[in-house]
Amino acid sequence: MQAGTTVDTIIQTRNVSVYYGEKRAVSNINMDIERNSVTAFIGPSGCGKSTLLRSLNRMNDLVPNCRVTGSIVVDGIEVNSDKINIEGLRQVVGMVFQRANPFFKSIYENIAFAPRFHGMRDKRELDEVVERSLRKAALWDEVKDRLHESALSLSGGQQQRLCIARAIAMQPTILLLDEPASALDPISTMKIEELVLELKEEYTIVIVTHNLHQAARISDKTAFFLMGELVEMNDTSKIFTAPENKKTEDYISGRFG
Amino acid sequence: MSRRSEGSTIASNRIIADHTPEVGERKSAIDRKLLTYNKRQFTENVTGRFIAMACAGLLVVVVLSITYFIASKGLSTFLINGVSLGEFLTGVKWDPEGEPAVYGVLPFILGSFLVTLLAALIAAPLGIGAAIFMTEIFPGFGKKVLKPVIELLVGIPSVVYGYVGLTLLVPFIREQFDVLGFSLLAGGLVLALMILPTITSVATDAIEAVPQDLRNASLALGATRWQTIWNVVLHSALPGCLTAVVLGMARAFGEALAVQMVIGNTTKLPGGLLDPISTLTSGITLNMGNTIQGTPYNNALWSMALLLLLMSFVFIMILRILGRKKLVNK
Repeated sequence: MQAGTTVDTIIQTRNVSVYYGEKRAVSNINMDIERNSVTAFIGPSGCGKSTLLRSLNRMNDLVPNCRVTGSIVVDGIEVNSDKINIEGLRQVVGMVFQRANPFFKSIYENIAFAPRFHGMRDKRELDEVVERSLRKAALWDEVKDRLHESALSLSGGQQQRLCIARAIAMQPTILLLDEPASALDPISTMKIEELVLELKEEYTIVIVTHNLHQAARISDKTAFFLMGELVEMNDTSKIFTAPENKKTEDYISGRFG
Repeated sequence: MSRRSEGSTIASNRIIADHTPEVGERKSAIDRKLLTYNKRQFTENVTGRFIAMACAGLLVVVVLSITYFIASKGLSTFLINGVSLGEFLTGVKWDPEGEPAVYGVLPFILGSFLVTLLAALIAAPLGIGAAIFMTEIFPGFGKKVLKPVIELLVGIPSVVYGYVGLTLLVPFIREQFDVLGFSLLAGGLVLALMILPTITSVATDAIEAVPQDLRNASLALGATRWQTIWNVVLHSALPGCLTAVVLGMARAFGEALAVQMVIGNTTKLPGGLLDPISTLTSGITLNMGNTIQGTPYNNALWSMALLLLLMSFVFIMILRILGRKKLVNK
């Protein structure tokens, strides 16, 4: 961050803690996420990175006994509040999960799903959205002749890109990716990574990953979590070359985790 | 040369090759495991396979002989007694003791189908709705209270359902509509109540089998809970829910006692919901006591049984086709 340039922060968390019943899974997270950047969350299993991610689009609301405290501001609006339209929030903050989870419908219907119930009825308009989303997800050329076949006929990597296209189709501002490539082979993983770098132009991306090389390759900022706390967050190049915290250094050099 | 001694030859060769006695011992233990076989395990394997095959074989024999028996009895109406198949299936007059005897079973066939359809129409939305409630809306209460209650309903003998229908439903319909009370409507309602637990529990299983991932995907796309249930959960569970309905219909089609107690058993073509009717099953149970083995009358009842059997084959076929479609439909 150069002195003098204004930073366009799109997500700002202040003192965010997440509790599962009495147990605190995430403690007092303060972080700023910049617009049109890729932020990677890294850390050992159970460190709370996915939990924090799921707080950003209120998916934790679905977990019984889960409580999120603190302030999460998305594009200037406090979203950790009862007044927020949660369905609306999730349209702004899209999410892609660890395991590809296409609906048991055709490729076309998977993409048209969200636009349809957000009010789009016109067939031509839907066709356009489907094509545009699939192109952005770099899947169009592979599936354009079989749009009406079952989404389950696609390979694992294609299914995951379909899920990204499905999220793009509702025109979000932010995309949360929860270990999107952890179940994929290296070539599919590479395609997802290339995709993330392209999508950065239009969307703000937050990605949780166990793969440190992946974080180093694709992210601008990296946040390292340990036992529910944010240990260090900085430019990715700094985190991987000159971490300020000893624990971060130990983790990225493979001494634990 | 036996397997055992062959094994020891190899083992002894290896002992010479290895330098330390410990290594040699370990090697011969491996040889013993790899080169000899356990006689007891072998016998158990053979006996186990034999028992399993015998059980399966017995089942096949039973099914085949029942089918053969019913078919030979049922077909003799046409082959021996010379009743025409067309008249049997489409005839509307049932008078096996008349001069000449007339065997038209269309009223029974229509009665069976109508009462089954009516029951399915009533029970399917209720059962699937209850399944949604138990899995999606109120899982805690659903699993702890509703599920055991519904399982209890399955265990109630059909005669009890019939009795309840006879004492409550038939008088109610009689008073409300100023008719006899014994009717298609009463039969459909009693059957709906009977097949409701079947539909509910099978549909519940189908809905529970929908992966949680899909619900998350839908909710993360900004869908409401109801949109998720309707567009994703029910859509994915559709083949299972259809299976539930068909299973319920198969049960309704075959039910004799409860239906017979409330439908009035008149062998006329059903004209409306409030008309008394007959079904294939009620026709058989009511008439079989009056007939003598081998008479055309008796054989005609067997032909009706054959029709029932064929219908249950059809139901099973539908279930098979639905089962194949499960979860991979477009």
